[in-house]
Amino acid sequence: MRKCSLDSLNAIFTRINQFAKLYLPVNGNDGKAAYTEWQEGLEWSNALNTTKSPKDFFFPQTEDLMAFRTSGKNIEIIDTRKESEDFVVFGVRACDVKSFEVLDNVFLKEPYDSYYANRREHGIIISVACTRPADTCFCKTFGIDPAKPQGDISVWKTANELYWQSNTDRGAALLDKIADLTEECGTEAVEEQQQQINKIMAKLPLANLTTDGWGAGKTQELFDHPKWAELSEACLGCGTCTFVCPTCQCYDIKDFNSGKGVIRFRCWDSCMYSDFTKMSAGQPRLTQKERFRQRFMHKLVYYPENNNGMFSCVGCGRCLAKCPISMNIAKVMKTIGGKDND
Amino acid sequence: MQTVTREQLINKAVALLADGTVKCVLGWKKGEFDYDVTPAVFETEEEIRADFVWNDFCGANFSKYLVAKTRQFDGKILVFLKPCDTYSFNQLLTEHRFDRDKVYAVGIPCAGMADISKIKEICGDGISSIEADGDYLSVTTIYDDQPIKVEIKEVLAERCLNCKSKKHVAYDELLGEEGDVIDSNRFDEVAQLEAMTPDERFAFWQKELSRCIRCNACRDVCPACTCEKCVFDNPNSGVENKSPANSFEEKMFHIIRAFHVAGRCTDCGECSRVCPQHIPLHLLNRKFIKDINEFYGEYQAGAQEGSRAPVVDYTTEDLEPGEVFDRRDTNA
Repeated sequence: MRKCSLDSLNAIFTRINQFAKLYLPVNGNDGKAAYTEWQEGLEWSNALNTTKSPKDFFFPQTEDLMAFRTSGKNIEIIDTRKESEDFVVFGVRACDVKSFEVLDNVFLKEPYDSYYANRREHGIIISVACTRPADTCFCKTFGIDPAKPQGDISVWKTANELYWQSNTDRGAALLDKIADLTEECGTEAVEEQQQQINKIMAKLPLANLTTDGWGAGKTQELFDHPKWAELSEACLGCGTCTFVCPTCQCYDIKDFNSGKGVIRFRCWDSCMYSDFTKMSAGQPRLTQKERFRQRFMHKLVYYPENNNGMFSCVGCGRCLAKCPISMNIAKVMKTIGGKDND
Repeated sequence: MQTVTREQLINKAVALLADGTVKCVLGWKKGEFDYDVTPAVFETEEEIRADFVWNDFCGANFSKYLVAKTRQFDGKILVFLKPCDTYSFNQLLTEHRFDRDKVYAVGIPCAGMADISKIKEICGDGISSIEADGDYLSVTTIYDDQPIKVEIKEVLAERCLNCKSKKHVAYDELLGEEGDVIDSNRFDEVAQLEAMTPDERFAFWQKELSRCIRCNACRDVCPACTCEKCVFDNPNSGVENKSPANSFEEKMFHIIRAFHVAGRCTDCGECSRVCPQHIPLHLLNRKFIKDINEFYGEYQAGAQEGSRAPVVDYTTEDLEPGEVFDRRDTNA
């Protein structure tokens, strides 16, 4: 383990920025944190987390896939991909680091998504432990430890210092490049902070939320549960929950006719939308109840079924904080889930 | 502090259910925390007594829900309306969007609603309870030994700080005391935007709207947006899109929407309340309201059921386009 003083952070960011683009949470003009490309003068936000998750780095909201140009009877297909360069994402929370694993299971399995893979290969993740989790946090429910965030490098921030530990070869290589700005140290301060975090986690309002009653094999039992109607009755059908979610991965592919040619792009889609998965026969989920159910069944039943029991929620709490009607996965898990949540 | 109590509302709802006046009640339902209140339909006294809440977080405007709920339920629906909600209620009636006979509206006074993000700015994350205590909120967090006292007026939502009316413009019955239309400062910020140079104003909106994630929450919550199928959701319209593909398109979405609701927007402020990115969308609508006031004389959408908005009511005294254009120079 290595450490540096918080005062030297600017020098470290400057160094990292010499060999890779660096992104980190910075407070915007609305006072809320958003991942921003680092430049001299920008300050790392104190916020627990960003409004939008870091999934954009690997699975951007909009992305060109290819372009077509026609001349006469010929059609030219243009690969619009740009070769990625290495980039570093600093300050990622444990929940969001776990979300990359959820996305990997989707995009890196067959059919292998080379657009996503390209970015994943070039992204170096520096995570940070959460010293002040929020009331909306419930990562522990999904077995995530905010005191031991994963990623290529884990970082712990104390009053005056930052502690660094690499978890991968890529992380170790990066730490080597800033070795002269950090010093070797013991793990006592970090261990003390971890104990503190564990104590806080036990006090969180959602500390006892469990996945009891959910998981692989529950489709038959839960699909027609009478509570879906009540839970979804006030849902506006907006896409807020899906677009702030670090694990929602649905997208649509569309063609944009520029007049000179066609650009094929993909963009995030939302199961909450009336035209989601619209086919020639129409949208298979006729009312908001079915669309609402889809989101939670996907995260808590279908995904675990296809991924060895792993849930596709990481408990980041963004949907709890942002839903216009304050309906969310925690309420759904408690209302429909097993008796452990009573 | 709210002047009518939860108990008063519950008693009213239970009584109207019991005597058969209404079949169900549209109200605010208790959440996981003290601030995450959800709109809900209550059908029994038991449900109401268990989960109905009325506190400083009941910001949701129920008027738009009446469009769907009056079709869904037989018999009358009881709806509780705060003063600002009654303007949306009237506007929807003007547009024939729901059957008035299927609604029993109870007007309730409102002292303004708290904005949880402002509370979190003061108290930090980790709120375990919030209790009303006179003009203060007593906020307990997992990080502080003592509850933090926050003055409610410090954490009021923007739309409540600039409240335009404490008067109910529609109801079957009123609980508590009636208030007055307020001479608010709600156009001050618009005037500031008008005082900017075009470049400054462009930069302001560019900065704000570039945060948009196109979740459509502003549209979906808006009582003036009740099209059966929005043009932006219709794959056959040619303008449907699910993403902010570029900054031009993003601005277009919000500006087109503001044009579409011009003259019909009551300035209820729901768009800004629900925006996950805190974009001050109400300023676009208020600009239109201010312009309409200045061009055609004071007009408040929803103040009167059946009123014709100046923009859809031609008179020979109407402003000529040239006059609008000339006025632009003074704002430039």
